[in-house]
Amino acid sequence: MDFILPLWPAFPELFLLFAVCVILVADLYVADENRIVTYGLTQAALFGCIVVTWVWATPSKVYTFSNMFVDDLMSDVLKLIVCVAVMVVLAYSRAYVAARGMFRGEFFALALFATLGMMIMISANHLLVLYLGLELMMLSLYSMVALQRDSALATEAAMKYFVLGALASGMLLYGMSMVYGATETLEITALADIIAEGSAITPVLIFGLVFVVAGLGFELGVVPFHMWVPDVYHGAPSSVTLFVSSAPKIAGFALIVRLLGQALGDDVLVAEWQQMLLIMAVLSIIIGNVTAIVQTNLKRMLAYSTISHMGFVLLGVLVGTDVGLGSAMFYIVVYVLMNVGAFGMILLLSRAGFEAENLDDFKGLNQRSPWYAFLMLLLMFSMTGIPPTVGFYAKLAVLQALLSGGFIAVAVIAILFSVIGAFYYLRVVRLMYFEAPVDNTPITPYTDVKVLMSLNGLAIIYFGIVPGPLMSLCLYSIQASL
Amino acid sequence: MQGLPLLSLAIWVPIVAGLAVLTTGSDRHAPVARVVALAGAVLGFLVTIPLYTGFQLSARGFQFIELKPWIETFRVNYHLGIDGISLLLILLNSFTTVLVVLAGWQIIQERVAQYLASFLFLSGFMNGVFSALDGLLFYVFFEATLIPMFVVIGIWGGPNRMYAAFKFFLYTLLGSLLALIALIYLYNVSGASFSLFDWYQVPLPLHAQILVFLALFAAFAVKVPMWPVHTWLPDAHVEAPTGGSVVLAAIMLKLGGYGFLRLSLPITPDASQHLAWFVIALSLIAVVYIGLVALVQSDMKKLIAYSSISHMGFVTLGIFIFNPLGMEGAVIQMVSHGFVSGALFLCVGVLYDRLHSREISDYGGVVNRMPVFAALFMLFAMANSGLPGTSGFVGEFMVVLGSVKASFWYAFAAATTLVFGAAYTLWMYKRVIFGAVGNPHVAQLKDINLREFLVLGLLALAVLWMGIYPKPFADVLHTSVDDLISHAMQTKIPAP
Repeated sequence: MDFILPLWPAFPELFLLFAVCVILVADLYVADENRIVTYGLTQAALFGCIVVTWVWATPSKVYTFSNMFVDDLMSDVLKLIVCVAVMVVLAYSRAYVAARGMFRGEFFALALFATLGMMIMISANHLLVLYLGLELMMLSLYSMVALQRDSALATEAAMKYFVLGALASGMLLYGMSMVYGATETLEITALADIIAEGSAITPVLIFGLVFVVAGLGFELGVVPFHMWVPDVYHGAPSSVTLFVSSAPKIAGFALIVRLLGQALGDDVLVAEWQQMLLIMAVLSIIIGNVTAIVQTNLKRMLAYSTISHMGFVLLGVLVGTDVGLGSAMFYIVVYVLMNVGAFGMILLLSRAGFEAENLDDFKGLNQRSPWYAFLMLLLMFSMTGIPPTVGFYAKLAVLQALLSGGFIAVAVIAILFSVIGAFYYLRVVRLMYFEAPVDNTPITPYTDVKVLMSLNGLAIIYFGIVPGPLMSLCLYSIQASL
Repeated sequence: MQGLPLLSLAIWVPIVAGLAVLTTGSDRHAPVARVVALAGAVLGFLVTIPLYTGFQLSARGFQFIELKPWIETFRVNYHLGIDGISLLLILLNSFTTVLVVLAGWQIIQERVAQYLASFLFLSGFMNGVFSALDGLLFYVFFEATLIPMFVVIGIWGGPNRMYAAFKFFLYTLLGSLLALIALIYLYNVSGASFSLFDWYQVPLPLHAQILVFLALFAAFAVKVPMWPVHTWLPDAHVEAPTGGSVVLAAIMLKLGGYGFLRLSLPITPDASQHLAWFVIALSLIAVVYIGLVALVQSDMKKLIAYSSISHMGFVTLGIFIFNPLGMEGAVIQMVSHGFVSGALFLCVGVLYDRLHSREISDYGGVVNRMPVFAALFMLFAMANSGLPGTSGFVGEFMVVLGSVKASFWYAFAAATTLVFGAAYTLWMYKRVIFGAVGNPHVAQLKDINLREFLVLGLLALAVLWMGIYPKPFADVLHTSVDDLISHAMQTKIPAP
């Protein structure tokens, strides 16, 4: 038994696994009209997971399961954010999925399994554990996208997601096998040590690195591996889109830190992957922003906007310093906050038989509900990066890291395309504020959604006025974990 | 009185008042919203008065300093302080806000709370720009002004408002994002500090200075706006509601001029002198060419917008001839232009509210129906053409005198504005106000009511005061301008 001890660093995952099993079984005994019980249990499980993570959080690094699993500050912070994000996502989704016949045990169980996968990825200290966590998450996500069985669009999206996702996993695995061939280990900390000695840096390792980066590109959805993003975002039911676009990005970031920051973070290798990330990041920002302009479907528009945001995250990563990774972590946390809010608004405006997914559905929102329009305005300006919203500080942190690394030209390109990006975010503001409503159905969300949505919007402005603590937390947790 | 954080009050009183106005909600409570907004604006103006009375005329450096850590990761501080230049602009801003709230009293009937709140937010943000001594704080306030103005133009503007709002936003955003890169660069080279004082001291080689200067120039030149990046301004002015035009002309344009004084000159003194010819050339083109363009406008608001660009050319000219007279003149001109252009836009607003037209040809003979209005309008038109005894004269005269010292030809070109300015303003005045009553609509015009009289009367007093006795305005500037010039004359290029 010694090889799995101590057990406590993995308590959050073990707790969640246990909870999912209980929910799976309990759900069998719940009648359809009482499905709210499953929902309540799911939220309780996530909340419990937050408590467990919080209680056993540690500022130092603790390895367990024979060094395959690590609990460090970054993993604690990211797990907390993932759990909170999933809780909010599920709360936003409740009315939407109920109106579309998806308010079933499977939805919640899959969401929890995906969350478990993310948490395992976040805490992995071994390439195979990383891969297993990733697969657990991805398989759950594929099924969630396909959950609306009678929708051709959703099925197509799920198919595309699965095929491309499988290809990406294959690449990642292939890359890992090359890395193993060059270093004869899969343990992340050991990998770093062996590479630091220098003798392992061979063409095989670089070859493996290329595949690893390509796999990462798929997971994050950056150009040129972005093809699945708009289709999946558009085709999946909006609540699943919300799920896919939020918490998994955090896990994707953890993947980057573990693979590029820790395992392959040697200076010689940084110089190699920096070039690759640079091209991917710049292309993502350009293509994401330019393509988003011509979209009429809000979900597709946000998909392209996500691509450009992920480009910004990569810009932070490619600097290759802890400040760079810290800024990327801050950016991705802010991105999740904004994205959850924006998709939450789509869910809020949707109702039985009506999807508020076209830009025109936001027309005249200010007259229908000034408060939600104001929240959406904050979200849009935050995505543009205008102070005093938090989106500005995210861009600021990344640009600062970039300039300190000497990438002035790249920063200028990123800035120019942000201005282009401003156009389509402003268009949403225009529709909400400057035009008359076409649809005057009253907006009546549940009270919990009302409160959460308000908090979500106000967080944008709160962290815009007091960004310091969150920024320090991100930077500090990266520094403590590298 | 001394213990109060006056600058913070000047910033946050309007913003909090704006939030209070927003909570009044729908238009059913519009009267409440108006009263709250007026109270907030007046209070916001009152808290700035102790800044003037407590200002030490002979003290060097900044006063009313407030310093608190804000974002510790980046060592950003909530660092406020003012010199004479900021002081005048803060007073102008808070004063104008009161007028704008009054000016929209009856005209704005839709979404009243949002309208008034936008202006209160703007006022607070702009006071923030004028008092920030931290680069990032400056930038945050500078950018934040875009949001309320975008909304104001977009919601309450004219038929082509969306185009104008987008153009305004994207133009200024592009400029200021380039400046952001310069600010981050300065942060990196000054040993991780956003403090303006550190930036004033950090040595920079000439090529770096030039790049920083150009990046900052992109932001401020668009805001001023200088030829050839001025094209957003006529559109924004024409489409914006009266209040929007007033704030835009009276204060927002000053953000650009102020930016040159607070950032460009002291941080990149060598580049500023190196490229002064370039800025002066653009300024003179604005003065002469845009003055000619103004002459042929048929839309009153457009005419005043072009006149604004031409007058702001004086400001940039005065700043970049590097002598105390010119720079003081530039600041005086900024304040005077705030009064005069604000007043002119209000006058056009008065006419527009009655006839819903801004075309000069739709008017004629207005004096027969609105004598009081015509008299006030006359005063502002004269001030705009630079008549001695009005505020318009003081600043322009100082800048012209200052530029004679630099070069006769600068002064010669700049002085043409006294001709063109008079020509386009008075010609417009003649066509609108004098002559026979042009059409039946004009025949039914009613003269201005008490509220309009109050707003225009206050501005008239300000214009005359500044024209006849400018000493109180000039006095607060002497030390600050001398300081700035002496700093801008020292090289920052590190010795090899």
